[in-house]
Amino acid sequence: MLAVDDLQAHYGRAHILHGVSLGVAAGEVACLLGRNGAGKSTTMKAIMRLLPPTGGSVRFEGQDLAGLAPHDVARLGLGYVPEERRIFPELTVAENLEVGRRPPRPGQAPWTAERLYALFPSLGAMKKRPGGRMSGGEQQMLAIARTLMGNPRLLLLDEPSEGLAPVVVDRLAEALLGLKSEGLAILLSEQNPGFAASIADHAWLLETGHIRHHGPMAAVMADAGLRARYLSV
Amino acid sequence: MLDWQGLVVQGLNGLASASSLFLVAAGLTVIFGVSRIVNFAHGSLYMLGAFLAWTLTAHGPFAELGGFLGFWGAILSAALIVAALGALVEMTVLRRLYHAPELFQLLATFALVLIVQDVALLLWGPDDKFGPRAPLLRGATVIFGARFPLYELFLIAVGPVVLGLLWLLLHRSRFGILLRAATHDREMVAALGVDQKLLFTGVFALGAGLAGLGGALQIPREAVTLHMDMAVIVEAFVVVVIGGLGSLGGAALAALIIGELHAFGILVFPRITLVLVFLVMAVVLVLRPQGLLGRGAETAPVAAPAPPLPGSLPPALRWAAIAAVAVLVAVAPFLGDYPLILLADFAVLVLFAASLHLIMGPGGMASFGHAAYFGAGAYAAALLFKHLAAPMEVGLIAAPFAAGLVGLLFGWFCVRLSGVYAAMLTLAFAQIAWSVSFQWVEVTGGDNGILGVWPSDWARGRLVFFYLSLALSAAGVVVLRRIIHAPFGLALRAQRDSPLRAEAIGLDGFFLRWIAFAVSAALAGLAGALFAYGKGSVFPSFLGIPRSVDGLLMVLLGGVQTLTGPIVGAIAYAGLQEQLARATDYWRLVLGLVILALVLFFPRGLAGAFARRAA
Ligand SMILES: Nc1ncnc2c1ncn2[C@@H]1O[C@H](COP(=O)(O)OP(=O)(O)OP(=O)(O)O)[C@@H](O)[C@H]1O
Ligand SMILES: [Mg+2]
Repeated sequence: MLAVDDLQAHYGRAHILHGVSLGVAAGEVACLLGRNGAGKSTTMKAIMRLLPPTGGSVRFEGQDLAGLAPHDVARLGLGYVPEERRIFPELTVAENLEVGRRPPRPGQAPWTAERLYALFPSLGAMKKRPGGRMSGGEQQMLAIARTLMGNPRLLLLDEPSEGLAPVVVDRLAEALLGLKSEGLAILLSEQNPGFAASIADHAWLLETGHIRHHGPMAAVMADAGLRARYLSV
Repeated sequence: MLDWQGLVVQGLNGLASASSLFLVAAGLTVIFGVSRIVNFAHGSLYMLGAFLAWTLTAHGPFAELGGFLGFWGAILSAALIVAALGALVEMTVLRRLYHAPELFQLLATFALVLIVQDVALLLWGPDDKFGPRAPLLRGATVIFGARFPLYELFLIAVGPVVLGLLWLLLHRSRFGILLRAATHDREMVAALGVDQKLLFTGVFALGAGLAGLGGALQIPREAVTLHMDMAVIVEAFVVVVIGGLGSLGGAALAALIIGELHAFGILVFPRITLVLVFLVMAVVLVLRPQGLLGRGAETAPVAAPAPPLPGSLPPALRWAAIAAVAVLVAVAPFLGDYPLILLADFAVLVLFAASLHLIMGPGGMASFGHAAYFGAGAYAAALLFKHLAAPMEVGLIAAPFAAGLVGLLFGWFCVRLSGVYAAMLTLAFAQIAWSVSFQWVEVTGGDNGILGVWPSDWARGRLVFFYLSLALSAAGVVVLRRIIHAPFGLALRAQRDSPLRAEAIGLDGFFLRWIAFAVSAALAGLAGALFAYGKGSVFPSFLGIPRSVDGLLMVLLGGVQTLTGPIVGAIAYAGLQEQLARATDYWRLVLGLVILALVLFFPRGLAGAFARRAA
């Protein structure tokens, strides 16, 4: 469904991604694993074309994304949840969701605010609260819900568990498993594989802008040497 | 002294002007919030609204319809036409500039101001126009025993009604919610699948429509003139900056403050009415730089990030410069008076632009009020002459010191702010200086200026005076070049490019910028004094906004990257203006189109374009 091939990206003159190739199949949850500064966020931004890649190709459902603007990429069905969450702080929860709303896609039950409040009950309890006055966990839920309002076919989730309390992480994992069971494909990024272990099918290990290894998530979890080499600090 | 009834009426007058001001400022602030463009052409849209309303009430279907429907149909149609024009401008010009440095966006909107000026002149002629009275609102009512026009009462109501409608639009419609989201984070809005082009076109149409409505609503109360654009844009900037850029509530509050300040300022401080508004703006910016209700704005620095200066001029360019000066010196004796006057003016403008460049290029700041220092130098020379009969030599030595002192004073406040706010504060100070020269008649002669400020006998010949101007201008440029390449200049650029790193190695950014500001002011003052002796007189217009704008245009046209830029820019701009003014009555139109073309096709300025061609 998503095929990234030899992706290159620069910030100014700094060469960050050196030929990243990865793929996500329909209905699959893949996890991009890597340490601080490995290039996980950069990969996601390059896929969304928020940072136009300087080489390589990204294809989504067979279509080459070259030359598209970020909003075109989003409209094709790539939903992006940034690491910083980037909630609109002066907009209420309901208004934040409204910004993300896009028309339904054929063959897919459209997301509505009501359905999302059911998925994330804490959001339903604070529809009128400005986004700037929510906890980190609530903001993360809202960021995901806001992106889901666009009825994405694939979700790019950048370090969703970062900075969240363990209980909140558990609730998040539960919600993501729910989304997975509905057939939504997800590309997740994480620094430590604990959170992703229960959700992801496949793992891609990233180090300084290179994919070093990939394989089933369970295999990565079982290989302590691999994790020590590319993940632990 | 007025009785309390009089005060109430005066307060109502203030409310009426606050209302009009709010319409214009609301459009400006909404546009800025979303697009981050400071739209100098907003006053021009206001003026177009007034002219269009005048035409529509006098000719065509609405005029034939007449009466209530005819009048209001004309007013609303004028606003709608201006809204469409705003959308058109966004689609054809501004859309290409969202990723350009902020100053180029300003330059483009300046160009639009020039273009609209002459288009209005072409379409409507130079005479003032008087619109019809509004049907049903012709008379006056009696409030506390004083007559008060009904139309003014109506205007008082318009402000809050428009504010309410805008609030509804922003909070109850999808378009409004997207606008508010984009005000905070444009990129995220795009990542959620929203096409920003539509949003930007929409917000320009909305803002332009409000400006057009504001202008159209003026026709029953004041004459429609070709000066409305500048008058209103300055006031609207003040309102928007005091309220906080991008804040609608702030614009309403500030419009109220400024409207009442005008109404009561006349009663309490009749001598300093013009200064009052800018004093308030300066105080607000100093105490609360983001404005009364503004968020701590994360505006980008105004100046274009410039590549590091080359170690020295490319040899070819240096020889070309020396050769050009030599040719001028050699040819000058064979020229008539007129070319010599012109060349002396060019020398002055080169120094003026080069001095501004120190602030904008290496300093990384923007000054929208550089004329203040030009004027300070000119007035210093003229006042010394008038009160102490000081000769030119004394004036030329004193002028840079006087202007430098003014620069130290104003700069101390201005260099603390950044981006648009700093630019606006420099504008405010320049307007304060202008108001002093205009209203302190005993000392400055007011609008009549100071006459008879001639050079000493030995320099009175046109040829000698040209040599003097050329020598001083060249000396000033050489000093500036030395400064830029000295350790001071390096430190100045370091604090511009990475303030944190510069601080970490012990550079005091504030002090560096402050000194640069003062040096720049001093050299502008020298230019001003030369200009005064060349013309034999000084006038408040020496410190007016148009002169500051001229300086900005020269620097931006030439490019801020190198010192060569403003020099080329000054000569190109002044030469173009001079040639155009002689060739056509519509030189502003041509100049505006040329600037627009340059901004769109040579975003690095003229010198940048030449350098690229050479490379
Ligand atoms: N805006 C930027 N400008 C310049 N360099 C950047 C920028 N953002 C990131 N980098 C650099 O790019 C590299 C990759 O950063 P990236 O944010 O993609 O890493 P990451 O894997 O997401 O790390 P983290 O786990 O900390 O989020 C890092 O070396 C970082 O310093
Ligand atoms: Mg990251």
